[in-house]
Amino acid sequence: MSTVERTATGARPRPRTTPDVGAALLAVLVLAALAAPLLAPHDPEAVQSARVLGSPSASYPFGSDVLGRDVLSRVLYALRVSLTVAVSAVGVATLVAVPLGLLAGYAGGWVDSLISRPLDMLLVLPALLLAISLIAILGPGSVVAALAIAVIYLPILARVMRSSTLVVTRNEYVVVARARGAGHLRVMARHVLPNAIGPVAVQASVLTGFALQLEAALSFLGLGTQPPTPSLGGMLADGRDVLTQAPWVEVFPGLAIAVAVIAFTLLGDGLRRSLDPTGVAS
Amino acid sequence: MTSRAAFVLRRVLLTLPVLWVMSVFVFLIIRLVPGDPVRTMLGFRATAANVAEVRRRLHLDEPLLQQYVRWVGDLLHGDLGQDLVSRAPLSEQLAQRLPVTLELTTLSMTLAVLVGVPLGVRAAVGGRWTRRLTDGFVVLGISVPDFWLGIMLVLLFAGTLTVLPPSGYLPFTTDPVQNLRYMTLPVLTLATAETAYLLRTTRGAMESVLQRPYVTYLRAKGLSPRRIVAGHALKNAAPTVVTVIGIQVGVLLGGAIVVEQLFALPGVGRMIVTAINQRNYPTVQAGVLVIAAMFVLVSLVTDLVVGWLDPRVSDGAGA
Amino acid sequence: MTAALALCDLRVRFPVGDGLVSAVDGVSLRVEPGEIVGLVGESGCGKSTLAAAVMGLLPPSTSVTGSVRVAGDEVVGLDDRRLRAMRGDRVSMVVQDPSTSLDPIWSVGDQVAETIRAHRRVGRRQARALATQLMTDVGIPAAASRYDDPPHRLSGGMRQRIVIAAALANEPSLLIADEPTTALDVTIQAQILGLIRRLRDDRGTAVLLITHDLGVVAQVCDRVAVMYAGQLVEVAGAQELFDHPRHPYTRALLGALPSATARGERLAVIPGQVPDLAHQPRGCRFAARCPLRTDVCEQAPVPEPVGASMAACWHVDQPLPLLGGAR
Repeated sequence: MSTVERTATGARPRPRTTPDVGAALLAVLVLAALAAPLLAPHDPEAVQSARVLGSPSASYPFGSDVLGRDVLSRVLYALRVSLTVAVSAVGVATLVAVPLGLLAGYAGGWVDSLISRPLDMLLVLPALLLAISLIAILGPGSVVAALAIAVIYLPILARVMRSSTLVVTRNEYVVVARARGAGHLRVMARHVLPNAIGPVAVQASVLTGFALQLEAALSFLGLGTQPPTPSLGGMLADGRDVLTQAPWVEVFPGLAIAVAVIAFTLLGDGLRRSLDPTGVAS
Repeated sequence: MTSRAAFVLRRVLLTLPVLWVMSVFVFLIIRLVPGDPVRTMLGFRATAANVAEVRRRLHLDEPLLQQYVRWVGDLLHGDLGQDLVSRAPLSEQLAQRLPVTLELTTLSMTLAVLVGVPLGVRAAVGGRWTRRLTDGFVVLGISVPDFWLGIMLVLLFAGTLTVLPPSGYLPFTTDPVQNLRYMTLPVLTLATAETAYLLRTTRGAMESVLQRPYVTYLRAKGLSPRRIVAGHALKNAAPTVVTVIGIQVGVLLGGAIVVEQLFALPGVGRMIVTAINQRNYPTVQAGVLVIAAMFVLVSLVTDLVVGWLDPRVSDGAGA
Repeated sequence: MTAALALCDLRVRFPVGDGLVSAVDGVSLRVEPGEIVGLVGESGCGKSTLAAAVMGLLPPSTSVTGSVRVAGDEVVGLDDRRLRAMRGDRVSMVVQDPSTSLDPIWSVGDQVAETIRAHRRVGRRQARALATQLMTDVGIPAAASRYDDPPHRLSGGMRQRIVIAAALANEPSLLIADEPTTALDVTIQAQILGLIRRLRDDRGTAVLLITHDLGVVAQVCDRVAVMYAGQLVEVAGAQELFDHPRHPYTRALLGALPSATARGERLAVIPGQVPDLAHQPRGCRFAARCPLRTDVCEQAPVPEPVGASMAACWHVDQPLPLLGGAR
């Protein structure tokens, strides 16, 4: 059968287009968030009694909320906060998880146990419960929320890095590098890390989407970003009571979250195809 | 001792360190609060005498180890402490609230399993269009935040169609029909993402099983596709699916916190959120402890079921 | 007498890109009842594809032409339902690796009983008794107590016995054994081959034994068919083939074998490569690697039958000048 496959290599299946869709969607969202001061038609925190629960119009495309604030402007600014929290939470988690997972997978033995066992303990509690407990201790706010999310994702990312390292370390070039007399640190940094990081990138991309969702959930519960700073979850909580009179207050922030999560998921799927063909991250 | 009994014993013993870590974590919640936790709880208007009284009541003036031993001892007697505000025993409060959370999560998971697993099996053996449809449902189901979905469901069923109550609760024992009407939207909210997730898991597990060499051999034995799927593929995919269900119960328990808040259901999750906002730490502790303990219990049951489904697991042979 | 298996000009083609690639190209072969015929060739020569064609296990996009008759009945062109009725009943299969060919969760006994119940109206309890008897027949000690064990509690050799028991459950006319011993230890190999021979002696089942191992052929086969690049190049009685190989390819295979009766020897390395299936030469397919090659080899050789034997070569029986020195 191998002969048949060999002759068939000329017609490799075309790569699917979803990574581009994910990346493009994400680029639009990030640009919109970055350019919020330029794009926002109104001051997101400006209270206008004349515009209370105003329906969508030309100058207020997404309508206005209970305090007469422009929903579009608030969504744009909230997206900034949400993206910042999500990206920094996953960023911090990745920065800590990569060296830990690399060392655990490369060294093995008691070093592995010393690193992996305590990280496993973080998985004893359901993720959202752990985040809420940490917020209960440290008090609500977006920084604490980011930190709590980072703590939840740390063991997941470290695990992926560890198993990816285990796969790479078995490769011949690592053995050859060691045989040539390269030190452990050098081998880890130059040979193992670049080859093992792919699945972590995939997982981090997917987790950033979920981090955004988690931040929104925490803010919805009043435990994340605090008012008056606009946050997507907070906007949903504020509009809950006026849902039937002014659905736009609820529809647009939720759509923003959903689109952002979809973007990160599609990006992760695309990255998976190019960076993690063997599926270590899943 | 049979290998199966040894497996059960080993797995049960394995939960002990987990329970210990969990207890230490929950115990520390109140003790890790920066500054003076009692001050934080009572606010700035509290008098020094008041602060001292609460500190004594919570035994925070004792050495840490002694506090822990006392706390665990009380737990083992079913004493979860008192509510800081009402001074009512927390065990009574939990006895009222736990059934709400249990009903919500059990109904949601049951619905997700009943819909997601059969759809996943269909998708695994289906054609290109089945795959596209399920792909779309999975991405949407996993990406749409559940609380927003809940809000949209309220808008549709309670706002526009006015067929279901937007929020509230009646105990099942008081009025079963009303109870289920109150539960419908919360359960749909919580179950949708779960259904998508279980669909994807089942589909993946089935696809991977159907690629194994023994499936060719089963065909060579003259078995019909239906028998191969129902008799062999499903049984081999089941351990994976059950493992994921166990993990996802943790996600559901977390999601229940948000959904209870959204639909004003008087469950444990809502109790925790309210308590956090009131700096009512003993109540936070009790709520976290109960939910975490349920999660540990579910993980244990899951692993035992997987061991029962797959003899390689209980033999320690590696699946 | 009706042959257990009769192939006539069998061709199997797979769609690749825009065209079709032949994996089996004009094979004709008979296996008589009670006969063990070895099908020998290097990996990729089409022998497993041939087996899949006989079982009707090829994907629907495959083109199968010619005739495959199992105990007189045509298999090519049968619908799914009829193919299923035939598989595991009148023709059954033993595959290479018993560690991956058994369902890891089902008990071994149930996997034998399942084959019975797939084809016969037999109650659960009766199927269990029949399966236990079959397990005893294939040499599983204390079969009744092994019945409920999952496969991983059995050794590789015992698992292969289970696969064989399931294959024999419905007394098939033909058993196709595709590399049945390749994954096993040498001593277990001999036991399994002995079992296959004994079952043939007791039950008269015809066996098509597919292998790349000439040692296996020497141990059990009555006749041998040598396959190269999708075609049969030589068919002969086993003893005859080992004593007087006629086709240069067969001779190359045997010449490199230290002892034709040695067990567990793999085929020798022959200089050159098996031609790409998509780009087969017009003439003799072995020509590029053949030390006897002449201009006449540009044309496809006409198989030269001698009784039940055959050798497809223009230079049958000529001495091989370079054998061994060609490396």
